[in-house]
Amino acid sequence: MSLTMLAAEDFNPLIPKTPELIIGLICFFVVFGLLGKKLLPSIEKVLAERRDQIEGGMERAEAAQAEAQALLEQYRAELAEARHEAARITEHAREQGAALIGEMREEGQRQREAIVAAGHAQIEADKKQATAALRQDVGSLASQLASRIVGESLEDHARQSGVIDRFLGDLEAKADASAAVAK
Amino acid sequence: MSADQLTQPLASGGCHLFSGCGFPAPGLNEFQFHPIFTVAGFGFNKPMLLSMICALLVIGFFWAAFAKPKVLPGKLQLVGEIGYDFVKRAIVFENIGKKGEKYVPMMVSIFFFVWIMNIMSVIPFAQFPVTAVIAWPAGLALVCWLTYMSLTFKKHGFVGGLKNLCWPSGVPGWVMFILVPIEFFSNIFVRPFTLAVRAFANMFAGHLLIVVFSVATWYLLSPSLGALYGTTSFVVTLGLTAFELLVQFLQAYIFVTLASSYIAGALEEAH
Repeated sequence: MSLTMLAAEDFNPLIPKTPELIIGLICFFVVFGLLGKKLLPSIEKVLAERRDQIEGGMERAEAAQAEAQALLEQYRAELAEARHEAARITEHAREQGAALIGEMREEGQRQREAIVAAGHAQIEADKKQATAALRQDVGSLASQLASRIVGESLEDHARQSGVIDRFLGDLEAKADASAAVAK
Repeated sequence: MSADQLTQPLASGGCHLFSGCGFPAPGLNEFQFHPIFTVAGFGFNKPMLLSMICALLVIGFFWAAFAKPKVLPGKLQLVGEIGYDFVKRAIVFENIGKKGEKYVPMMVSIFFFVWIMNIMSVIPFAQFPVTAVIAWPAGLALVCWLTYMSLTFKKHGFVGGLKNLCWPSGVPGWVMFILVPIEFFSNIFVRPFTLAVRAFANMFAGHLLIVVFSVATWYLLSPSLGALYGTTSFVVTLGLTAFELLVQFLQAYIFVTLASSYIAGALEEAH
């Protein structure tokens, strides 16, 4: 007990001892010097570099995204244009088809008319031919009949044909007149 | 007469409860160190040795972590960066702001140096927080005091500096009669003293507590009911050690936080 008290007599824990103070400060300044002059600047440089890289990476990512966006816009525009083009082509084709159909129809009409006209002409020609033949036959038959009835030969061709023709022409004229009246 | 002699009854292990031996209460003698060796009248003692080891540990750690830094950090560098970033952001930037960048190395140095000196309290064989000797916190407080005082006068000039130190803003004139002397006294004399004593007293008390319960564990240990007391005391010692781990960190943190806030005050625009 007395030993402790004796020791405590000349010891005040609140008063720093110079040698300890000096050693403590030397230790601190050695730490401070090395950390402050070498180690912390070197890590600070690396931290800045890392920050740059991360920010650079972000910038790159942003740029890539912007590019992708632009590309997407472009594709969309192209797609819209293509759709528009397709619609235009379809419309054109439709118009062309309609025109073609109209043309074809016209052509068909024309051909039909031509065919009909040809038919009419044919019929007319046939009719004429038939009429001529008929007239000849009717004439010869009539003259034969008449010669038999009259007993007189009407062989004289020129006279014969003249009479018959005249008769038939009268008949035709009558028929025509009645047809005109009917119309 | 040395500390070893004083604690000899303990070391010999003869003094136990119920053996007619009083409790050899540890006291100031725990904080008195006699030179391990003396060179030209300069006594070299245990706290000095420990503080040198602490300085080497801090340097060694940061050397290993930061000497060859990589953008993609290794494990040790990562740990170092976390510590560095903690002091930089949570202490310096928090108190001073971005213009405190210049003081980051100083604060990092103080923080880790103080913390590791505090930790020495629970390191086997060292078992003494260097900061429980007033010279160490006093030295560091002196460094902080010189820093913020010189900054104050450098930034504001002599009159402006004095005004920055003692003239609080937004206070009615008549209060100034009381406030100015208080501020002057507080900012110039009390600050460094409290800064040093706070760290010192915390570590001093913590160390004393651990010693008391460690000694008591040994003293109470006897082949009787004392074993129970001894065990209880041992559990308390364990709890105190864990608690001290927290206090060691906190004191280092508080020391650096206050130093930063003093510097922030010095850098404050004139008001």
